Amino acid sequence: MSGPHSIDIDYVAQLARLELTAKERERFSGQLGDILQHFAQLNEVDVSGVEPMAHAFPVENVFREDKSEPGLPPEKALENAPRKRNNMVLVPKVVEG
Amino acid sequence: MEYEAVIGLEVHVQVKTESKIFSSVGVGFGAQPNSLTDPVVLGLPGVLPVINREAVEKSIKVGMLLNGSIPRVTKWDRKNYFYPDSPKNYQISQFDRPICSGGELEIELKGPSRNVMGEHKTIALTRAHLEEDVGKLIHLEQESLVDFNRAGTPLLEIVSEPDMHTPEEAYAYLTALKMLLIYGEVSHCDMEKGQMRCDANVSVRPAGQKKLGVKVEIKNLNSISGVRNGLAYEIERQIQVLLGGGTLVQETRGWDAAKGMTYHLRSKEESHDYRYFPDPDLMPVRIDRRWRERLRASLPEKPFDRQRRYFDQYSLPYTLTSVLIPDPELCHFFEEAAKRAKLPRQAANWIVNNLLGELGKAGLTLSESKVNPAKIAQLVNLIEEGVISKNLAKERVFPEMFKTGENPAAIVQAKDLGLSESAEELEKICSEIVQANPDTVAEVLSGNKKAINFLKGRVMRATRGKANPALVGPLLEKLIAEKG
Amino acid sequence: MPGEIHFQTLAQLQEALASKSVSSVELTRRHLDRIEAVDGRVQAFNSWDEEDCLRQAEASDERRAAGKIKGPLDGIPVGLKDVIAVKDQPLTCSSRMLERFVSPYDATVTSRLKNAGAVLLGRLNMDEFAMGSSTENSAFKTTFNPWDTSRVAGGSSGGSAAAVAVGELPVSLGSDTGGSIRQPASFCGVVGLKPTYGLVSRFGLVAFASSLDQIGPFARTVGDAGRLLQVIAGHDPRDSTSIDTATPDYSKALAEKKGPWKLGIPREYFAEGLDPEVKEAIQAAIDWYADRGCEMVEVSLPHMHLAISVYYIVATAEASSNLARYDGVRYTHRSDRAEDVVDLYFKSRAEGFGEEVKRRIILGSYVLSSGYYDAYYLRAQKIRALIRQDFSKAFAEVDGLLTPTSPFVSFKAGEKTRDPLAMYLSDIYTISANLAGIPGISLPCGFNSQGLPIGLQILGEPLGEANLLAIAQSFERAHDFIDRHPNPSPPD
Ligand SMILES: [Mg+2]
Ligand SMILES: [Zn+2]
Repeated sequence: MSGPHSIDIDYVAQLARLELTAKERERFSGQLGDILQHFAQLNEVDVSGVEPMAHAFPVENVFREDKSEPGLPPEKALENAPRKRNNMVLVPKVVEG
Repeated sequence: MEYEAVIGLEVHVQVKTESKIFSSVGVGFGAQPNSLTDPVVLGLPGVLPVINREAVEKSIKVGMLLNGSIPRVTKWDRKNYFYPDSPKNYQISQFDRPICSGGELEIELKGPSRNVMGEHKTIALTRAHLEEDVGKLIHLEQESLVDFNRAGTPLLEIVSEPDMHTPEEAYAYLTALKMLLIYGEVSHCDMEKGQMRCDANVSVRPAGQKKLGVKVEIKNLNSISGVRNGLAYEIERQIQVLLGGGTLVQETRGWDAAKGMTYHLRSKEESHDYRYFPDPDLMPVRIDRRWRERLRASLPEKPFDRQRRYFDQYSLPYTLTSVLIPDPELCHFFEEAAKRAKLPRQAANWIVNNLLGELGKAGLTLSESKVNPAKIAQLVNLIEEGVISKNLAKERVFPEMFKTGENPAAIVQAKDLGLSESAEELEKICSEIVQANPDTVAEVLSGNKKAINFLKGRVMRATRGKANPALVGPLLEKLIAEKG
Repeated sequence: MPGEIHFQTLAQLQEALASKSVSSVELTRRHLDRIEAVDGRVQAFNSWDEEDCLRQAEASDERRAAGKIKGPLDGIPVGLKDVIAVKDQPLTCSSRMLERFVSPYDATVTSRLKNAGAVLLGRLNMDEFAMGSSTENSAFKTTFNPWDTSRVAGGSSGGSAAAVAVGELPVSLGSDTGGSIRQPASFCGVVGLKPTYGLVSRFGLVAFASSLDQIGPFARTVGDAGRLLQVIAGHDPRDSTSIDTATPDYSKALAEKKGPWKLGIPREYFAEGLDPEVKEAIQAAIDWYADRGCEMVEVSLPHMHLAISVYYIVATAEASSNLARYDGVRYTHRSDRAEDVVDLYFKSRAEGFGEEVKRRIILGSYVLSSGYYDAYYLRAQKIRALIRQDFSKAFAEVDGLLTPTSPFVSFKAGEKTRDPLAMYLSDIYTISANLAGIPGISLPCGFNSQGLPIGLQILGEPLGEANLLAIAQSFERAHDFIDRHPNPSPPD
């Protein structure tokens, strides 16, 4: 791990599956460093005993009943696919793993 | 040096539902590609998931059947990773609050022979969590095709502790798990349809050593015997590496069933940083006491508990229970018959040895059988009451019952198969047979007790099987003794 | 019907349609003409389909002739931010990634508008994937401020705000994740309402940050915003975060609720960085409320200064996951330079996403990544809870909070694009409402010396929209800001 306000931009870009240009890498590193520095203010607060808030309006037990309804016809489902064959999405060869 | 293997299993089972886990399109197998999708399944921009209540309830039931602890609140998390079969490039799963924590599974190892019960063990479980399935990839020469029919199918991932040591234990674990889930009516566990899939973690260590060895994960173990064979191969491979002075690396390997060997898929360094976080689109589920109690009340008796009860309550031998127990429908059939039969054990015998045989020959399932439990019970009772001989029941009555669904009593009457009522008449016939076979009589008298069976056969033939075997033996003995 | 049809209120248009003094076809055509005339300068629209609009309008007129109108919006043109799904229409999110995407389904709000008889008139420009505060992050065009076309309309719902301000539409829908309705409303001099999280279904709203996003109305009057909210609010079984409660009758509430109210002035909103002219206008509004008998109290929101950090952690984390699906496989832009499927991801995403989106995906992936989750995401979620608590304490005491919507008026295009942190900091007054899930409205409360509109923000307690609208309307009725309309200058 590098300094407290820097970001391992290559690792994160790899996680995010984003190809960055050298310029972008440099610019983002700087900008995100500033932003992280700003985030450091969060350490001022004592958060012990505080329940994290994942939802803006807490509701519980929202379900749907197990009834099936027709979905999309295959042609409609693949309407926006960049490439398709035999009603399936065609992608470059996926290497297992 | 002696080596010991340590095995843990991760099993994904498809929870039995009509619709997908987060939307209402139906689940299915073998449908036309991409015909079981909707905007939610495809992860189109703007869609939102809503959890299927049935998937949650059935998963809680599994947790209860596995003696796991069911939390008061369970929630949904996103597991982020990119793969072409994943519609959203994250999987909705459960991270820190799974629907079931801990638990155990009772397994039975293979006995020394088919007639003898094997050792029972309890395998500790880590957790079980509910998640969505991904789509399916079909690999072509240069390209791959993606079918999202399977995406969004509810899966329960059941993770064991590294608590097994042999491929046989892993085999027994999967067999027991499958049986339990079928009992709970929570999954069909059909491995051929991908309804039960298994990954294994395996390491080896010198016997007696506490510290675990280097862990290898094996994927694509697509059948219960595939798990056994894959593990056997991999354990041997690891031992050979160590014996040869080599070192093992943490890696993921695939199982090639055709070649009978495992192969390298990826190493630890390439493993994922999943960036789990609570799914903001889904609300937590609170499992209150009333809900728990209702589900608990709906749980079935577990397979091995039932087996023990069959030993105690009906004095069934292991061999019969080992046929009945894996099939809850068959058990139900048996218990219905047992309720009415004077000798429940005989009812089990008829079901296992005769009914199943005939059904098999006719290519029928139990539910298609014209013979119902009441008829089996009646047949057992007719024999027990001495109305008909076991032999005639087997050769004449049962086949007719099977074919027509007629009551055994009616068949006995219609075909006049009942045992001869008159003791006088039977004594007369026996007497004639004894007279007619002086050589056999002499043989019996000289000590060859078994020779009397020849005479019994003669009597049965003369009465066309209607003689009560319980009477024939003593009568013949008495008449021979008079000769002596 | 008299001249300036495109600056009539929704209420007036409803009446005109009801009295048959205008037809929906005429109304629609006049708005299309207006778009034709001014959109070249404002650039509020990504697309519209004239034939389709007129077909919808014709159908509405036929319904009306047959005495079978569908609902309150029958025949009324409504525009949707290009982030809300309409079946068989483009849904671009102003991104190259979805440039050719056509939605096979309707968002719940879209169905509700259709059921109310609305004429869905075009797709409104926005910051790409709703990430931004100026609509300069659109991959297609910048939406300019109708009051001064060298300035921005605000964002991310800049198109929705500008179109209503300039009379291209009587009302529109936008989405608000950190102020994306209220801030452009204030920049463009219209009314914008961000409802309580969960009041309006998010089904069919392309997610930026799921726990913050909310759809809401733009209108030229508070009453019109209430009328549009009435149509789109309410429980939706397809959105698990939708609140299952009866929707109040907002028009009735507006007629009944007359105040006076007890109003809070959060001292943290008047600290450094607030433009003096904006401050003056807000102070004048506060004084107006005080003069007409409202009890004014100073309140404190002690965690307010942390809101920006919390927001940019939560929002980017959720976004990094929500935007993972745009990968070149199923329905997005696909790079034709890719060697294999992994490469396809990297290149398609590099080509499909703009700079701000990339920056946020990187930041969001980082704060969730192994080793950083607790320090950033988890901590942010805890402080978010404290921020919500601050608001509940305040609302235990007051009916509403009065604040500026933005620290400044609309700025020059290009002025702030180079410093993302400065841009993020400008969301200071709006984002905490999203973090707390509470409703907020922005309404015009004056103009600065250059004639640029200033927005007053009123925040209320969860599900307190009726109160909020009433408080806002009392101010609106006593002032004539809504009578002023921009007249975008022709290009030089
Ligand atoms: Mg796993
Ligand atoms: Zn899994």
